[in-house]
Amino acid sequence: MDPLFEMQDVEKHFGTVIALGGVNFSVSEGECHCLLGDNGAGKSTLIKTMSGVHAPTSGRLLMRGQEVRFEDPRQAISQGIATVYQDLAMIPLMSVSRNFFMGNEPIKRRFGFNLFDHEQADKVTMDEMRKMGINLRGPHQAVGTLSGGERQTVAIARAVYFGAKVLILDEPTSALGVRQTANVLATVDRVRKNGIAVVFITHNVRHALAVGDRFTVLNRGKTLGTANKGEITPEELQDLMAGGQELVELESSLGGTV
Amino acid sequence: MSDSTQDERIKDISPLRQALVRPELGSIAGAIIVFLFFGFLAFDSGMFSPRGVLNWSTVSAQFMIIAVGACLLMIAGEFDLSVGSMIGFAGMMIAIFSVTLQWPVWTSICVTFVLCIALGALNGYIVIRTGLPSFIVTLAFLFILRGFTIFFPQLIERKTIIGGVSDAADGDWLASLFGGKVGEPVFVWLADLGLIDVFERGSRAGQPVVDGIPALILWAIGLVIFGHFVLTRTRFGNWIFASGGDAQAARYAGVPVNRVKILMFMFSAFCACVFATCQVMEFGSAGADRGLLKEFEAIIAVVIGGALLTGGYGSVIGAALGALIFGVVQQGLFFAGVESSLFRVFLGVLLLAAVILNTYIRRIITGEK
Ligand SMILES: Nc1ncnc2c1ncn2[C@@H]1O[C@H](COP(=O)(O)OP(=O)(O)OP(=O)(O)O)[C@@H](O)[C@H]1O
Ligand SMILES: [Mg+2]
Repeated sequence: MDPLFEMQDVEKHFGTVIALGGVNFSVSEGECHCLLGDNGAGKSTLIKTMSGVHAPTSGRLLMRGQEVRFEDPRQAISQGIATVYQDLAMIPLMSVSRNFFMGNEPIKRRFGFNLFDHEQADKVTMDEMRKMGINLRGPHQAVGTLSGGERQTVAIARAVYFGAKVLILDEPTSALGVRQTANVLATVDRVRKNGIAVVFITHNVRHALAVGDRFTVLNRGKTLGTANKGEITPEELQDLMAGGQELVELESSLGGTV
Repeated sequence: MSDSTQDERIKDISPLRQALVRPELGSIAGAIIVFLFFGFLAFDSGMFSPRGVLNWSTVSAQFMIIAVGACLLMIAGEFDLSVGSMIGFAGMMIAIFSVTLQWPVWTSICVTFVLCIALGALNGYIVIRTGLPSFIVTLAFLFILRGFTIFFPQLIERKTIIGGVSDAADGDWLASLFGGKVGEPVFVWLADLGLIDVFERGSRAGQPVVDGIPALILWAIGLVIFGHFVLTRTRFGNWIFASGGDAQAARYAGVPVNRVKILMFMFSAFCACVFATCQVMEFGSAGADRGLLKEFEAIIAVVIGGALLTGGYGSVIGAALGALIFGVVQQGLFFAGVESSLFRVFLGVLLLAAVILNTYIRRIITGEK
């Protein structure tokens, strides 16, 4: 299948720091492509380049084979590239429904004014959250009172509702417990089955293997390789992530618990 | 969707806690307490006679005008410490333009508004561009504007007060929008019915003691309604909350945070300018020391109204009630014959209580420990 979104030889420098040094990456409809890598490998930088936060220093971005350039996140969003950041881009003090529609508020016209259509926003929020398997106490519940997994789900539901074709998730499970992780992975699976291309970033090999169709490992700003589901064992993936050698030694000294 | 329903360990929130989460609640309670208090303490002093009411509503309205600007700006995550100096500066500019330069008063007012709003935009632009805390940037403007406000009249007229604005403003259409009164016939009618006292003697004998509602009060009400409407009913209002709640998150979601913040700085300057114009039209003069400490009074009113100093949360109605509490207490102490310096003591205590209450409320909303 042709990739929906593709990055070719993308480099990103921050002053003298080379955060990305020539990365190739692609994702197709209905596919979950996992991006793995250790801390500081450049995963967040890669997806910020995909989503228009950073302009690449060099290299090309292609959407359905056409080269695209994003000046800001808004342009990426309008092309259907939605990102759920590590820090979620949600505002704890605001209600779920205000967060859900932040930047995309529904409008109704009254007395010649464009008003925020709160009824519509509340209704859609409750419906979409129910579809994702979360029963809110009400649309006015502040996001700050939701659990980590619920917040992730709100953020994912929001991206999907606003027409995401490529959904980028930056470590959605890193701060979650077992049950909440399972919920989020189930959500990812549900989203992928609807034909959305998912880019899933994690350092956790087991989480990646649970939902991923393809796996790419990033190390010090370079891709170490890409493997399809079933072509790679958890151990091999783990080794790649840690840059091979060291972990093997580490593993033996820890008695195989890593 | 097996086990992903709501966590059964979350207790239902009691209605009391739910009500507590509304930002206005503290200030509603405060306003009721303050009215009850002065109802007992100062009822016979004339505080609740038509003249008394006009007195404290005018003072409250002054606070309200600048509180609305400060409130929206604080919710958007920024402060403006230059409000007081802006008031002095705007008043002085109107006086210089209209008296010294002999421009028509309406031109003077318009030019001053443009100037002040531009200065507000500059405040905002510097804050956004440098990433410095608005606290520092506007503190600089506090001194810069105050300095000019003292310097210009001394340079031009060798004094720090410029009078004669009343004569210049006589019959000016725009001046009456800030310094005029409305509803005179209604008050004459009420006086005829005996509901309002009339002057017994003097040049105004036979006229009602309260002969109209000052334009200032209408400006205050208008700005409060406008601010509340924008904040709660429009898309832009959601952007204000978002910009103050977490600017980075808002940016990621496509909210034009810089534009929102700069506009709020401009609005704050606009409110200061409305205040100054009303004041100049009322006094007929501009003084270099006008507006001193107003920025803090505005911020305190906003905080009493339930807004968080950290931004992202608050209410214009709350801020308006905060301003009302201010006005009623300040004038009430006067009516009750209490030493006026105690007002500051009260203010400090009230501020502390409000901030502690707000912090507690914030914990409830965000579920922080
Ligand atoms: N805005 C920036 N300015 C300068 N350097 C940056 C910037 N953003 C990232 N870097 C650097 O780029 C490198 C890659 O960072 P990045 O955040 O992409 O890592 P990551 O793979 O997401 O790590 P983690 O797993 O900890 O989230 C790091 O060395 C980081 O210090
Ligand atoms: Mg990261």
